[in-house]
Amino acid sequence: MRKTFELEDLDCANCARKMQEAIAKIDGVTYVSVNYMAQKMVLEADDQIFDEVLSKAVKAVKKVEPDCSVIVK
Amino acid sequence: MRKFFAELTKKQKKMLLRIVVSVLLTLLLTVVLNIIPLNEYVSLILFLIPYLVIGYDVLLKAARNIVGGSIFDEKFLMTIATAGAFFTGDYREACAVMIFYQLGELFENIAVGRTRKSIAAIMDIRPDYANVIRDGEEQRVSPDEVFINDIIVIKPGERVPLDGVVLEGISSLNTAALTGEALPVDIVEGDSVISGAININGVIKVRVTSDYSGSTVSKILELVENASDKKARVEGFVSRFAKYYTPVVVILAVLLALVPPLILHSGWGEWIHRALIFLVVSCPCALVVSVPLTFFCGIGCASREGILVKGSNYLELLSKVTTVVFDKTGTLTKGVFEVEAIHPEESKYDLFELAAIAESKSNHPIALSIVRAYGKKGKEPDKSRLGTVEEIAGKGIKAEIDGEDVFVGNGALMELSGARFHECHKTGTILHVSVSGRYLGHIVINDEIKPESSKAVSELARDNIKTVMLTGDKKDRAEEIGKELGINEVYSDLLPQDKVVKVEELIADPASTIAFVGDGINDAPALMRSDVGIAMGALGSDAAVEASDVVLMNDNPLALPLAVVIARRTMRIVKENIVFALAVKVLILVLGAIGVAGMWVAVFGDVGVLIIAVLNALRAFKVKH
Repeated sequence: MRKTFELEDLDCANCARKMQEAIAKIDGVTYVSVNYMAQKMVLEADDQIFDEVLSKAVKAVKKVEPDCSVIVK
Repeated sequence: MRKFFAELTKKQKKMLLRIVVSVLLTLLLTVVLNIIPLNEYVSLILFLIPYLVIGYDVLLKAARNIVGGSIFDEKFLMTIATAGAFFTGDYREACAVMIFYQLGELFENIAVGRTRKSIAAIMDIRPDYANVIRDGEEQRVSPDEVFINDIIVIKPGERVPLDGVVLEGISSLNTAALTGEALPVDIVEGDSVISGAININGVIKVRVTSDYSGSTVSKILELVENASDKKARVEGFVSRFAKYYTPVVVILAVLLALVPPLILHSGWGEWIHRALIFLVVSCPCALVVSVPLTFFCGIGCASREGILVKGSNYLELLSKVTTVVFDKTGTLTKGVFEVEAIHPEESKYDLFELAAIAESKSNHPIALSIVRAYGKKGKEPDKSRLGTVEEIAGKGIKAEIDGEDVFVGNGALMELSGARFHECHKTGTILHVSVSGRYLGHIVINDEIKPESSKAVSELARDNIKTVMLTGDKKDRAEEIGKELGINEVYSDLLPQDKVVKVEELIADPASTIAFVGDGINDAPALMRSDVGIAMGALGSDAAVEASDVVLMNDNPLALPLAVVIARRTMRIVKENIVFALAVKVLILVLGAIGVAGMWVAVFGDVGVLIIAVLNALRAFKVKH
């Protein structure tokens, strides 16, 4: 499953790059792209573990930039 | 001005307040201390107040980053630079550096945020809902809950949520967001509508022909969202540069603080002060922010004109294009063939009717034109007379009609059929027809040249770009078109596979960058093989959108020179920013080292350069027609 999430207060281009690197290392992530200009994250992982992967990704985002939040609908 | 404040986010407003408060406090302290000289420690403590107001978050983040192990972080360097200024007794400068640093960050944040929003608004073609008819009732559902063959209702002002065919109603569609074309498109029953367009006046009922994930709007959004993954070479250069620039400047700063005092046995204060100037200009932010921002603006600007560029690397390549290769049909010409003349040789058979029946099951553009022209006479080809049909690539079609072998195609096919044929005095596509080895005559078909083609070719020539035309047409017809449009080189009599070979020949020249322009029919290999593959009028052709690097949403050839102009302008701005930012930083480093430039100049080198570079980057969003 591939889903797109909005990122709120993603304030620097370098942080976006760091987030992408960190999320790519999470087990089960098959594709990730953090886009500073679009303020979006595209995350792909298997359906069964998607929620688990997503929560790890959110943590990774928070670790790089505590102010930044992933909008999970 | 009021609007400017109203659009600030809460976070931005808070930062603005902090900047104002710390500026006022710093000024107040400066004045007060000029009148009443206070004890050194007291004034240090007083200046720490505005410093902490403006910089507390920078200090916190710097501390956290050190724990995380990244010492060349700009926040950490700002902390060192300002702490150093306190150490050498330049309290005012310490506050000023922090204030300007935050001002620069705020400016960057606002500028990038607003640009992002305005570009996102252009690209916001995502439909929110669809009015689907279920159990005889109209229901409002999310577009991804609608399936193929569902019936949807689109009211005036609503966005077309899914691709489909109009069942009922007359209206006009605004496709500006998709194609950059300002003129509305009129639609009637039987026309197809593309998702993302806006319905202007009438209520229409549409049968859905593709689900949401396969619809035009999803494809475009996906393409736009993935565009930033493909980086230009110059972006790679900037990020490599940024990686080394900061450590190098920091090492130089350390050396500057230590070596001269040890050799010259002079005081430490002056050299530490100079080293701090190095730290202030040690952030490559101006480059790191402005270069991707310029590309983003350039891609946004192109999208507004209906030109989708799949990545900044393609924008970079597009700016270097030396040769544009056109696959004639569908790019320079309308790709819609019209029957110009029918020259029968025998009266026993109706050659037009036979040709129409033979071609009735094919969707080749020539076949469609024959059937359409036949239809204009008020007749339908009688498909029941048609037996097996075999398409012979590059030659034509062999069909069994009333039990007889009918060949419809070019001269090569006639030779294959054994019929004795002769060429026509007219230029164009000549479709010969034979039945059981007997030659019946031929139909002359021509493809109309687009009215804008000639201007597009001359605009490319003005930009020093060579034009090449590839076509399956006969030599005389091809050269006639080439001459009319002012094309530099024309290659005719090409089969689809020959076109790829030709493109490969042209790519082999290392001095040239080749853009191949095709309409997506039969030319996917050439689109992929060329340096920049450009699909024209590609709405609805999945293969072309997939294979190409640049998608021209509307089929006006003038979009091509415009794309080149946008690409070149974007690259020029990128280069301006790189040269400007580097030149100013290096100059300040040199002047700082020899003691000419002070802290204030260094602040300009950091924040001033960033602001100027960002403003310059934003110019890439505006295009001059």
